[in-house]
Amino acid sequence: MEFAFTEREEMLRKAVREFAEAEIPPRMEAMEETGEFPMDLLKPMAQVGITGIITPPEYSGVGMNYVARTIVLEELGRVCAAFPMALQVHHMACAALNDFGTDEQKKKYLPALATGETLGTVGVTDPSGGSDLIGMKTTAELKGDKYILNGRKCFITNSHLSDFWIVIAKTGEGAKGLSAFIVDKDTPGAKLGRKENKFGLRGANTGEWAFDNCEVPKENLIGQEGQGLTVALKTISETGRTGMAATALGILQAVYEEAGKFANERVLYGKPISTLQAIQFLVAEIYTQLDICRLLNYRASWMKDQNMRCDTETGMAKYYTCNAAVEAAKKAIEIHGSYGIMKEYAVQRLFRDAMVTVPAGGTAEVAKTGIGRAALAPFKK
Amino acid sequence: MNRIIVCVKPVPDPKHWDKVSMDPETKTLKREGIPNIMNPLDKHALEAALALRESHGGEVVLLSMAPPFAKTTIREGLAMGADRAVLLSDRVFAGSDSLATAEILAAGCRWIGGFDIVLCGNLSIDGSTAQICSQLAEMLDLPNVMHVTGMEESGEDNLIITQKIENGYVKLFSGFPVVLSVRKEVNKPRYIPFTGILAAESKEITMLSNKDLCVDPERIGLKGSPTKMAGLEVRKFERKKEKLEGTVDDIVEKLVERIYQCGVIEC
Repeated sequence: MEFAFTEREEMLRKAVREFAEAEIPPRMEAMEETGEFPMDLLKPMAQVGITGIITPPEYSGVGMNYVARTIVLEELGRVCAAFPMALQVHHMACAALNDFGTDEQKKKYLPALATGETLGTVGVTDPSGGSDLIGMKTTAELKGDKYILNGRKCFITNSHLSDFWIVIAKTGEGAKGLSAFIVDKDTPGAKLGRKENKFGLRGANTGEWAFDNCEVPKENLIGQEGQGLTVALKTISETGRTGMAATALGILQAVYEEAGKFANERVLYGKPISTLQAIQFLVAEIYTQLDICRLLNYRASWMKDQNMRCDTETGMAKYYTCNAAVEAAKKAIEIHGSYGIMKEYAVQRLFRDAMVTVPAGGTAEVAKTGIGRAALAPFKK
Repeated sequence: MNRIIVCVKPVPDPKHWDKVSMDPETKTLKREGIPNIMNPLDKHALEAALALRESHGGEVVLLSMAPPFAKTTIREGLAMGADRAVLLSDRVFAGSDSLATAEILAAGCRWIGGFDIVLCGNLSIDGSTAQICSQLAEMLDLPNVMHVTGMEESGEDNLIITQKIENGYVKLFSGFPVVLSVRKEVNKPRYIPFTGILAAESKEITMLSNKDLCVDPERIGLKGSPTKMAGLEVRKFERKKEKLEGTVDDIVEKLVERIYQCGVIEC
């Protein structure tokens, strides 16, 4: 068993960290204030390879694996979690197209995503709910050579920043009754809805789409008609959950660093509070949670890279890391005392950001139903 | 453009400088366990070389005199876009001051050969002597310009160089070959592209010892280093404390006087 990162992975981490530490902090205040994602960084991120990391080189991508992607998202999240949030959804669009798209669709859309022409986005959730996919209300009816889309999508990351959208809609009934489509944003009948005002991950854009007799060319169907559930579940499970987990992992790393720094700098009773056992225990718990989550994250990504089934492991990584990030951020605030709730200190943002990762991409309970199924499978009679 | 040699040096990462200590016996820095980075100004030199290659073609070769662990730093330079690297590594080089280092680097440049420009950072953030560039030029018998803030190729055999001087800038024309050292204003170094990380894995790092370079052993290492460390001390910086006593009025008067004395407020 090998737990060490390769020289390539170490250099990748260093390269992303250098980019993130230099380019992101100057933009964070505005992101927090306005809730806008800094699109001026999209091209620079593409030049480095962040946007196209998992896209094959023949479509202008880097062609690296999911372990590499997790390193990139973790490092971005360590500085500002809104970035990996936006980018992991962008990668979901890349993965859906790469796994299920036709050659024409790949040629048309993947290079645009890899080179930072636009951000990628995927809309699955209806206002009626996200986890009950089959119960969604958005419909796509085939009329001639076009699908007519009607309905609404909500809680969509990058909703207002993408030139084209990947949309899951109902084309029939049951598990085979969903299909996936590419909708160019300027298609008549495709409308941008409200932008959400979140308390965390402020800089990541979240919003709604509405479809009012939106005519989508038949060639924009991703995969086969009726394959939408497979497209959605594979993309969410493998790319979405690993991405959300890596976002929370980055937050956890930042929480650990902020807690450790403050505990060493803050002097009480004539010495740093890091010398107090009560503080040491809190930092030890954060440190252990970080390590558990790091192992869960990289194991899940590694399994994906080995083409192993990994839905249980990605579910574990997602639910556990997101919850752990919240718990750790709360402990870090405790270490900071009243400073911890002041806007000048990063831990309050980390807490808010961590909270948003919990329901995003499926709640812990939804993830746990899958994990529970897998855990109990050996005992089933 | 034929070939550009870029001299790069691994230096202790400033983020870990609080962990660097000094050995009072050998009067050297104890760097064990401190990660290295490429000297920041060398990155600017490499960026300048890559930009020239992109507009005029040619080859960019990294040159470094350092222990074998420097390969990691050199690999980063290759990932940024350099074509290949030459690492001069030998125990007999240990203890070299800037003069002896320049001797070794000059031998490295001669070994590589066929170059138009040798580019360096103006100084390294650990030694900060800023001597290598001019010593190297002298040993190679080539013209030298330091404090370069801009360069562009003009025609076949000319380079227009902008040099920062005390009161402004000078534009210089230079032929080839030439030895230059850059300031940070010269450019913004590119970030390491991920595709570069993959490409760097198959790029060549040639390791050379003094058997390959054949530099006079009297001119390298401790023996060849005229610089002798006279002393070494750790400076402590503390806030100056002064207690003013007396009545409140007395204290205020003294305080105002002190503020004037310090030049915070002018009379």
